[in-house]
Amino acid sequence: MARTTRKSVFGTWVGFVIILVWCLLPVAWILSLSFKSQAETNSGSPRFLPKTWTVQNYRDILSNHDFLYALRNSFAIAIIATVLSVIFATLAAYAIARLEFRGKRLVLSLALAIAMFPVVSLISPLFDMWRAFHLFNTWPGLIIPYMTFTLPLAIWTLSAFFREIPWEMEQAAQVDGATPWQAFRKVIVPLAAPGVFTAAILTFFFAWNEFALAISLTSTTAARTVPAQMSFFVGSDPFNPPYGQLATASVIVTIPIVILVLLFQRKIVAGLTSGAVKG
Amino acid sequence: MASITMNHIVKQYGDGFPAVNDVTIDVADGEFMILVGPSGCGKSTLLRMIVGLEDITSGDMLIGDRRVNDLAPRDRNLAMVFQNYALYPHLTVFENIAFPLRLAGVEDKVVRAQVEEAAATLELTEHLDRKPANLSGGQRQRVAMGRAIVRNADAFLFDEPLSNLDAKLRGQMRTEISRLQKRLGITTVYVTHDQIEAMTLGDRVAVLKRGLLQQLATPRELYDNPANLFVAGFIGSPPMNFMPATVEGTTLKLPFGDIEIPAEKAQRVAGKGLLIAGIRPENFAESSAPHARDVSAANTFSATVDVVEWLGNETYAYLPFDAPAEVQSQLEDLEKELDGEVVRTQLVITLDGSSRVREGDTVEIWIDATKVHLFDPATTENLTVDLEHAGKIPALQDAQESPAAP
Repeated sequence: MARTTRKSVFGTWVGFVIILVWCLLPVAWILSLSFKSQAETNSGSPRFLPKTWTVQNYRDILSNHDFLYALRNSFAIAIIATVLSVIFATLAAYAIARLEFRGKRLVLSLALAIAMFPVVSLISPLFDMWRAFHLFNTWPGLIIPYMTFTLPLAIWTLSAFFREIPWEMEQAAQVDGATPWQAFRKVIVPLAAPGVFTAAILTFFFAWNEFALAISLTSTTAARTVPAQMSFFVGSDPFNPPYGQLATASVIVTIPIVILVLLFQRKIVAGLTSGAVKG
Repeated sequence: MASITMNHIVKQYGDGFPAVNDVTIDVADGEFMILVGPSGCGKSTLLRMIVGLEDITSGDMLIGDRRVNDLAPRDRNLAMVFQNYALYPHLTVFENIAFPLRLAGVEDKVVRAQVEEAAATLELTEHLDRKPANLSGGQRQRVAMGRAIVRNADAFLFDEPLSNLDAKLRGQMRTEISRLQKRLGITTVYVTHDQIEAMTLGDRVAVLKRGLLQQLATPRELYDNPANLFVAGFIGSPPMNFMPATVEGTTLKLPFGDIEIPAEKAQRVAGKGLLIAGIRPENFAESSAPHARDVSAANTFSATVDVVEWLGNETYAYLPFDAPAEVQSQLEDLEKELDGEVVRTQLVITLDGSSRVREGDTVEIWIDATKVHLFDPATTENLTVDLEHAGKIPALQDAQESPAAP
């Protein structure tokens, strides 16, 4: 018995290390690249750790106005898209979870179909439409499609959460004197908070990382986001792209994501509803 | 404080099934009313219609003098305790109890005072800062009640509040609810499927079956004068004994032997043919028992005891008998309605705890003939019911009001 236990512990650790290396090696590589000088990245025979550590890349990129504008655009677009998407998804998911109406299944399957729709196929029609509507190269021009693509997933996630909440909670609130809106806001939404945060994180990731729409529906730094802006970091020599700069930009755009996950991880507490009803 | 009047209330679901069918109940101001019946009898639906969580198909629901059919739950000013308590898990006990006050926009100082008073009444003071998840079943139950008493509601509604507690706690909470209701003197409607809760708590009890009100009476009236087989079988534990019987003159012929019944009872059933006799277990006794009254050959019989259960304070003796098919099928239907199953037709007799009867003994049994009920096997109606002391029996009253009806 003891031997099999030790064996399985050993196996678990081997698997753990393999997965960790697989996931973190590229990140470590980018981090290390960002501290290498231009000369070192362009020379052949690369080595993992920089020969001489330098923060020149960070200095350069933080004084690059185009990158700073892109960072601002990314934040604003991702946050606005997330907030709007979560608000709409919460309301829609609540209706789907609680109300019986004709065409409910149709709405749900349509939402799923939209989520499965390839983004690329919509780029050229959107490009034409947005130019006609004067939405090309604007924040709303990106926020609207981002919301469209993230809403279905958010609705599905949230309606699953709402269905888990006992209906008595809401009825109790109504008997206690709450309007349907108060019952929703004071009882249902707090209970669905883990679902709301999950939906928010998923939406934010999508908007933050999205490239195809960002590159096609923008033309200047007025609305261009970081992933799109990074494709313009080509440097003067086409055979020697500024790897250090690219790596540094990648590190900088990864930091908010890491912070966000660490922050919200605490909020996504499973089993919040335990104790609501009989034990 | 207010009375609750239900006037010919009907609840019909989309498929046309009437969950509640023409129920009329008046709950007086300060009265403790119990709605009781087996599962699916419509008692919870009726309660939810009072509070406004369920639409009323037809009829009038009045709280005080106000017709509330079309009012939202929040406008009815009623407090309800749910079966699963429905506490808000994200709020502390304090905020759970304070919730109705906060919604009403009550001042913070007043909220604190009122919640603390309610908590003191329910002995929850030390738990005010805890979350519901960390409380025991009994404590959660008390928080749910705290949420109800903290506001000045017109009435309390309870939906099977004790069914999730274990037996001991249930007994304690039952007393607690009764004490609280008496102290606050508030109109209360209480739904349960447990006839013990119904008997012990209620000022009056409404017995429902398949959406129809069977009888509305005090616990004692229900026990002594059940309107029909269903009420007779539902109220009392162990249940009333049913057996086939025929009456000739004043002689009641039972499977075990013949007994003499009062002439007044015999008259009421004259010429009815085969009947079902209902006798409560405690209306039997051993002829040798010291407290047996009026022991004469006319109302005793001897029978062989099959099984004996000795409980200390009393003894249950089981005596099997055969019933004719007509009665047998009626008894099986009855058991199905009571969520039970007929294993075999047998007589249950409560004997004194000091009884020395053993399995296989043949004993002389005495019957209190004045307590015998006689039911019509076809209509299940109690033919010997004392209408003066039977509360309200809608089935009989309807028949009297419209004799022409089929």
